[in-house]
Amino acid sequence: MKTIRDTWLIFHRSLILTLRQPTWVVFGMMLPVLYLVLFGPLLEGAVKQAGAGTNAFNWFVPGLIIQIAIFGTAFGGFGLIAELRNGVVERMRVTPMSRASMLLGRSLRDVVVLMFQALIMILLAIPFGLVIQPGSIVAVLALLVLIGLSVAPLSYAGGLMLKSEDAFAPVVNSIAMPLLLLSGILLPMALAPDWLKFLSNINPLTHAVNAARALFNADWGNPDIAIGVTISTIFAVIAVWVGSRAFTRAVA
Amino acid sequence: MALARPTSGPMIQTSDLRRTFKSRKSEVEAVRGVDLSVGAGEIFGFLGPNGAGKTTTLRMLATLLTPTSGEATVAGADLRREPQAVRERIGYVPQGGSTDPAETGRGELVLQCRLYGMNKSDAQARAAEVLAALDLEAAADRTTSTYSGGMKRRLDVGLGIVHKPSVLFLDEPTTGLDPQARARMWDEIRLLRAGGTTVFLTTHYLEEADALADRLAIIDQGKIVAEGTADELKRKVAGDVVTIVVSGATEHVLEAVRRQEFVREATSEDGVVRLYVDRGETAVPLLLRVLDGEGLEASSIALHRPSLDDVFLLQTGRSLRDEAA
Repeated sequence: MKTIRDTWLIFHRSLILTLRQPTWVVFGMMLPVLYLVLFGPLLEGAVKQAGAGTNAFNWFVPGLIIQIAIFGTAFGGFGLIAELRNGVVERMRVTPMSRASMLLGRSLRDVVVLMFQALIMILLAIPFGLVIQPGSIVAVLALLVLIGLSVAPLSYAGGLMLKSEDAFAPVVNSIAMPLLLLSGILLPMALAPDWLKFLSNINPLTHAVNAARALFNADWGNPDIAIGVTISTIFAVIAVWVGSRAFTRAVA
Repeated sequence: MALARPTSGPMIQTSDLRRTFKSRKSEVEAVRGVDLSVGAGEIFGFLGPNGAGKTTTLRMLATLLTPTSGEATVAGADLRREPQAVRERIGYVPQGGSTDPAETGRGELVLQCRLYGMNKSDAQARAAEVLAALDLEAAADRTTSTYSGGMKRRLDVGLGIVHKPSVLFLDEPTTGLDPQARARMWDEIRLLRAGGTTVFLTTHYLEEADALADRLAIIDQGKIVAEGTADELKRKVAGDVVTIVVSGATEHVLEAVRRQEFVREATSEDGVVRLYVDRGETAVPLLLRVLDGEGLEASSIALHRPSLDDVFLLQTGRSLRDEAA
């Protein structure tokens, strides 16, 4: 009970502070929007050739949303480092509040921001030719909760560990970039040589992207959905556990 | 929020409290066996140069750092076994601030109240009360990024006392404040004591410890080197202090005065020789004669009562003023 209450308090505060300075929310969408506008039309022909689907944007937009999900939540630790520096985290650690809530409240804020960004992205993509049912939108947002909870807690744990933006940014970039490229968000992995396909297959994010694509197409019977959801759930559970531990033990 | 306050016995008691920091290459013993006893309702000053172990001790007592060894009870709860109970009964005001620049003073206080378990309306009422007490009402709904240093620090204190803690820890509460804001902070701290709160504060300002603390301890290199009331500590220095300024020849002067039986102790720093003597008024003429005999001329000679700086100098061999500067 206490954890739920404290999580709500931290979630509420974090969300209000984010809304007061929405730069990051907008900034986090910049790159995916550029991809949508400047790269998406180019891809239309390529996707048709690869035979990955009938609609280029139904194939491409899920990848962009995963990109928002990764970068949006992976930089959560960035904000935490600022909170470590201004003493807010330490102040809260002296209160009897639940340690896990410090993590969960912030992570859930990231998830809500992410869902909002994804929704905007989907709406922006419709004029370009994205075809999506309301049911699919709901399902994709639910998948994003799992992906957000897989990444945000690890980012916070990393922020607690590294304690410096200068160290944090390159670490995040060097983890997130290969994971994203290997998940086949830009071009179909069908075009890849075998070794690249192999790496892509062992990348958990690939399965999240595949699941998102199936959900976009309302292809409910597609086994990619079950695989992606299962893998994302496992990762979310592990990430929340690791992150909570980091907050319990952290000496900030 | 009526928490049971232990009515008898010390509010803070430590026994052989130690903390060692390990890094890849080295091991640093930041706190090397601290024994403290702080009574209920006291303002206890914890004095020492930077890096002496003040903040480390404070952070251990406030449950932010686990002691490497040793025992402590804070506000009636065992620090190692019941940290949660300690947290409910203490407030902690960190040195480097504790607020988010994008949040309002009221927002921070209401959240803090709620983190201590108050419901929404109680939290709002208590926040308003604290804002009024600390004279922050006019700025309550502005973000803290617009606050002056003194206002921020008052808000930090407010955040530490929303739940009316039995013990309040203040880490360098007036560092970086202008004299006016500092005097004001001292008043706030005295008011807290008047309300029954035990205050444990670290400082490297001797004036602060002298003016504010009922009792104090001096820590140096991780160990307590002196403890008592300011007067007791000054009395230990005994007698009077004579300072002599001689251009250039401090070593020579030091050597000459140390030979005198009436000089209990002599140190020199930055061209100033400090002597500790039993009776200053008789020592000064004698000293002038000694200097004359050595062919030395003092550009000034002054007699004063021992200060906490003298206590510190005698205990640690260093002047705290230089450390603080």
